[in-house]
Amino acid sequence: MFMGYSLGEIGSIFAMQAFAGLILFSVFVLMALGLAIIFGQMGVINMAHGEFMILGAYMTFLTSHLFQTYAPQAFAGYFFVAMLVAFVASGAIGLAVEWLLIKRLYKRPLDTLLATWGLSLIMQQAFRSIFGAREVGVQLPDWMMGSLQVTDTIEVQINGLFVMTLTLMITAVVALLLFRSRWGLQVRAVVANRVMADAAGIDTRRIDRLTFGLGCGIAGIAGSAFTMIGSTSPTAGQAYIVDTFLVVVFGGAQSLLGTIASAFTISQSQSTLEFFLTGSMAKVTTLLIVIGLLMLRPQGLFVLKVRK
Amino acid sequence: MSQSLTKNRNIELIGFAILAVLLVVVLPLSLDIFRLNLIGKYLTYAFVAVGLVACWGYTGILSLGQGVFFGLGGYCMAMFLKLEASSVANTKIQSTPGIPDFMDWNQLTELPFFWVPFKSLPLALIAVILVPSLAAFILGVAMFKRRVGGVYFAIITQALAAVLTILIIGRQGYTGGINGITDLRTLLGWDIRTDHAKYILYFVCCAALFGSMFLVRFVLASKLGRILVAVRDTEERVRFSGYDVANFKVFVFCLASAIAAIGGAMFTLQVGFMSPSFVGIVPSIEMVIFCAVGGRQSIIGAVVGTLLVNWGKTLFSESFPELWLFFMGGLFIAVVLLFPRGLAGLVTDQLLPWIGRLSGGRRQVAAAGSAPAPAPAE
Amino acid sequence: MPNNTDFVLAVEGVSVSFDGFKAVNDLSLYIDKGELRVIIGPNGAGKTTVLDLICGRTRATEGAISFKNQYIGGLKEHEIVKLGIGRKFQTPSIYEDLTVFENLEISFPRGRNVTGALFWKRSEEIIARVQEVARMIFLGDHIDRLAETLSHGQKQWLEIGMLLIQDPELLMLDEPVAGMSVSERRKTAELLKEIIKNRSVIVIEHDMKFVESIAHRVTVLHQGKVLAEGSMEAIQANPKVQEVYLGH
Repeated sequence: MFMGYSLGEIGSIFAMQAFAGLILFSVFVLMALGLAIIFGQMGVINMAHGEFMILGAYMTFLTSHLFQTYAPQAFAGYFFVAMLVAFVASGAIGLAVEWLLIKRLYKRPLDTLLATWGLSLIMQQAFRSIFGAREVGVQLPDWMMGSLQVTDTIEVQINGLFVMTLTLMITAVVALLLFRSRWGLQVRAVVANRVMADAAGIDTRRIDRLTFGLGCGIAGIAGSAFTMIGSTSPTAGQAYIVDTFLVVVFGGAQSLLGTIASAFTISQSQSTLEFFLTGSMAKVTTLLIVIGLLMLRPQGLFVLKVRK
Repeated sequence: MSQSLTKNRNIELIGFAILAVLLVVVLPLSLDIFRLNLIGKYLTYAFVAVGLVACWGYTGILSLGQGVFFGLGGYCMAMFLKLEASSVANTKIQSTPGIPDFMDWNQLTELPFFWVPFKSLPLALIAVILVPSLAAFILGVAMFKRRVGGVYFAIITQALAAVLTILIIGRQGYTGGINGITDLRTLLGWDIRTDHAKYILYFVCCAALFGSMFLVRFVLASKLGRILVAVRDTEERVRFSGYDVANFKVFVFCLASAIAAIGGAMFTLQVGFMSPSFVGIVPSIEMVIFCAVGGRQSIIGAVVGTLLVNWGKTLFSESFPELWLFFMGGLFIAVVLLFPRGLAGLVTDQLLPWIGRLSGGRRQVAAAGSAPAPAPAE
Repeated sequence: MPNNTDFVLAVEGVSVSFDGFKAVNDLSLYIDKGELRVIIGPNGAGKTTVLDLICGRTRATEGAISFKNQYIGGLKEHEIVKLGIGRKFQTPSIYEDLTVFENLEISFPRGRNVTGALFWKRSEEIIARVQEVARMIFLGDHIDRLAETLSHGQKQWLEIGMLLIQDPELLMLDEPVAGMSVSERRKTAELLKEIIKNRSVIVIEHDMKFVESIAHRVTVLHQGKVLAEGSMEAIQANPKVQEVYLGH
């Protein structure tokens, strides 16, 4: 597949595709971050995670619309507001879902998977009823358009850089929360030994709810980023759950750095392969490679050996 | 649970008989061929659900990719029928006569090598079972020997369903793409599109379904069935009883997949085409919910659940299409939260004891419920 | 091949580490034919890990384990079981959704592959053996009860029965009387004395009275190493052991 390209050209292609993959990387990281902290803490796979992302995307769309109509002079800054709205909306619904549904299914991971799938269907239909089945797109403020010319053959999109910077900041905040805050300490205690944590006076129910809400909220932010690479439609989120879960598993469910590294590997290989193969074959190849690697190392690539 | 199942084996047989009367006598007499053909189509999904009873209900292996095996079986059948429909005489207007039309449209000039065996019906029928079983075997060995299970296995099977769909759609020239393999006409010269043929195929489908149900029943009633339950509850303990757990999981996964594949082949025969929309993530997980609605540990429940959900889907999509997803979503949640044992659970836990009380016989209550009753050893 | 010895089990220079922490450190242990060995030690001494190593649940990072002069270090759990090593877990580990009969039947050492299990016939011999074992473990009247409905002590007995029917040459028991009432404990002690006949046994136990009543030799583990080994009297008199148990 490398035939017909000079070495320099291949270098540029790799670099360009790498930058083009930045937004995909960001979406993956944010989605996987949310999924991973929920999975790590509660052993629950939230199959509606993609829908929480799309909820964030719709919120971003709504915010941009409101700004355009009522405050066009402030449009340049709408994206920051939109992310906040997306986070709050997805997070709040996440909290409610945990309270109504997830907490009743604790210790039944496979059933939770089915129940959250049901939730995803309901959310999809709700999006369709509220926003219509049509795809919607978001207009970017001027300063996020365009690209930086790095060399003659390589240019980088500004929105990609922007989103990636934000992603890394959010990841850093989550890491700080996990390793420096009281909540983080309690989460780590629950992950290590739920029964002991309970006995030590940690309100594990409350921690579960907060974690689930936070995970969904981050998915909402992922939705804001998503508006830049795809058009938002009721079912757009469904395609992401498998990819995201593979990112989580591939990185080792307990490891934050692992999640980032694996999101990077998967998004980059997909976007690089896309140049040489058709989009669908790139996806097939990436998925098959990840599945193959998982068979070799089922516990993920970045996980410590733990005493059973 | 297993005890109540063993004790309920006679009740299960009665259920089989009632279901047989319904499917083979009542429905054909009361429905026109269009509706009966529709029931036949639903029954092909019931194959998948019956397989899931063994794989998921008993062993606790949740596969979200059963559509892959249903699809592989269906495609194997469709490839044979397509080749028969694409005889040189039928396709002489093509630039390359004698190959399927979609290949010709995609500028293929020669039959791909993996299509060649499907010129023969015996080979195609063997492939219907063998190809999906082999796929399940490879996946099962790779996963279960490495002790990948639970949600990991579920998601990886779901990823495979996504992969196969993308692959089929992407490789149009070899697979017929998103439209699938269509315009199937005859089976060894016998026109499968006539009403008469549809009646016969419906009964063949029923026969194959009952065959599969008895096969699963036999497996689950054997010691192997009890080992599967043991694996579901305490996998590690089974290893320390001297069993190679992975082999048992591979076996039951292959069994479920082979049965799903028979369903796929029956689908192709009755509906007259096969397409990637029966392979992917959504149909695969829907088939799980058919099984869950009926009762994940009940073979009859799986069939009845499939029929009911699909019948509901048809009703809903005719009158309130926009409500269908709400209903389906609600069904997923309700079944898991409120009726984890499905309809079959309602029957054995509520209905039978109630009938028992009505007839005043307290002993039936004990026999039908899962209450431990002292009974002599076999 | 390891050197031919009379030992049933030879654990030689075995170490295992979890994430840098050495749970077992250069440990050696030899069990004679027909010997009953009790392993004691404070919490975290690596007792359960030693059993995990022998039965294949954990892999040793260094060292060799051989059973009847055959290396078993690389074997899978079920292969080790088939060679004749049985293991009872700390918490009762039985098949809750099956009856007492079925629990014992599954543990019967035959028909352990897929076809064997599929075409399994309950012969007279098997039924008789299951009933015999059920009576031995005081569950003769409960043979058709679901295991989940048994009391904690009965579950412990059932698990012992599942081992018994396996007829292992080496039996490993991890705290067999934990969580039992006084009367259950007495019955269990009788039962254990019955089933340890004609085989080698390793027992992990905290209950010193119980240990005294059964042990041939005692091995004391501390921080993943053998601290002392010998008869019960010698161990009780050993100042190092007293320090470990009382000194902290």
